[in-house]
Amino acid sequence: MTLKEIADILGATFITEPDNPDLHIRSACSSDMMSAVLYYHSPDSLLITGLTQLHVVRTAEIAGIISIVFVMNKRPDERAIELAGQKKIPLLTTPCCMYTASGRLFRAGLPGCSHK
Amino acid sequence: MALNIEGTIEGSSQLIGGDFTTAGEASTLLKVKLTELGVAEDIIRRAAIATFEAEMNVVIYAAAGWLHYYISPQGIRIRIEDMGPGIADIGLAMQEGYSTAPDWVREMGWGAGMGLPNMKRNSDVFTIDSVVGEGTTVEMVINFP
Ligand SMILES: Nc1ncnc2c1ncn2[C@@H]1O[C@H](COP(=O)(O)OP(=O)(O)OP(=O)(O)O)[C@@H](O)[C@H]1O
Ligand SMILES: [Mg+2]
Repeated sequence: MTLKEIADILGATFITEPDNPDLHIRSACSSDMMSAVLYYHSPDSLLITGLTQLHVVRTAEIAGIISIVFVMNKRPDERAIELAGQKKIPLLTTPCCMYTASGRLFRAGLPGCSHK
Repeated sequence: MALNIEGTIEGSSQLIGGDFTTAGEASTLLKVKLTELGVAEDIIRRAAIATFEAEMNVVIYAAAGWLHYYISPQGIRIRIEDMGPGIADIGLAMQEGYSTAPDWVREMGWGAGMGLPNMKRNSDVFTIDSVVGEGTTVEMVINFP
């Protein structure tokens, strides 16, 4: 599924414009616990979260997550946006809650992250 | 895999307890180094995850610490030592879901009790030593295939 399709399905807006809106996302993971995110080994995946701190972007980078969607219209602070820009991790924000965002993407065919 | 390693490549970073702004930079530096050396992606991911979890524990629980890494043609050795409260019961701390993280740490997304299990799962050799009142040392080895 492409980033553009994900944005459409979630009614999401880009906080940082992606270099490539057709970036291909293979799976997704929803969590507010960083070590739960780090439990998965899913390159090219999307993180759906309600946390907006700087280390969410760092966790994404470490885990091989290539884009982050913030739920409930949340927006990260400037430092997080800046780091995401440097690391080329596009950020989106959606009015959906975590349950709805996850459910919509799953229904549209985006699988969950696998663990290894 | 075109590994570009001769002898042992070493590096160190100082870790500062409570500093969530720079937390993760040491692990990111190691990740960049491994990428430069042409290490396989899944090995890099395992090393980065294990190191990041250890780094976050120092930031959350300890006053200060050091990260040292040694990259040889055989693999990566990472040692994270801290001056912190130490761990009284290592067996308990290693259990998935066990955490003493206070609420403010949980609100930041840490405290699932998965950090030490994640370190162990991602390394080929994992050792942890701790002295209450002095500090904790975690050592991890990840072998190249
Ligand atoms: N470096 C350390 N110094 C002192 N105590 C530690 C240290 N590392 C871990 N601990 C103790 O071991 C417990 C379990 O650690 P672990 O990393 O597995 O989980 P956590 O940090 O609580 O949560 P998570 O890592 O999932 O965010 C911690 O809650 C803490 O009590
Ligand atoms: Mg931890």
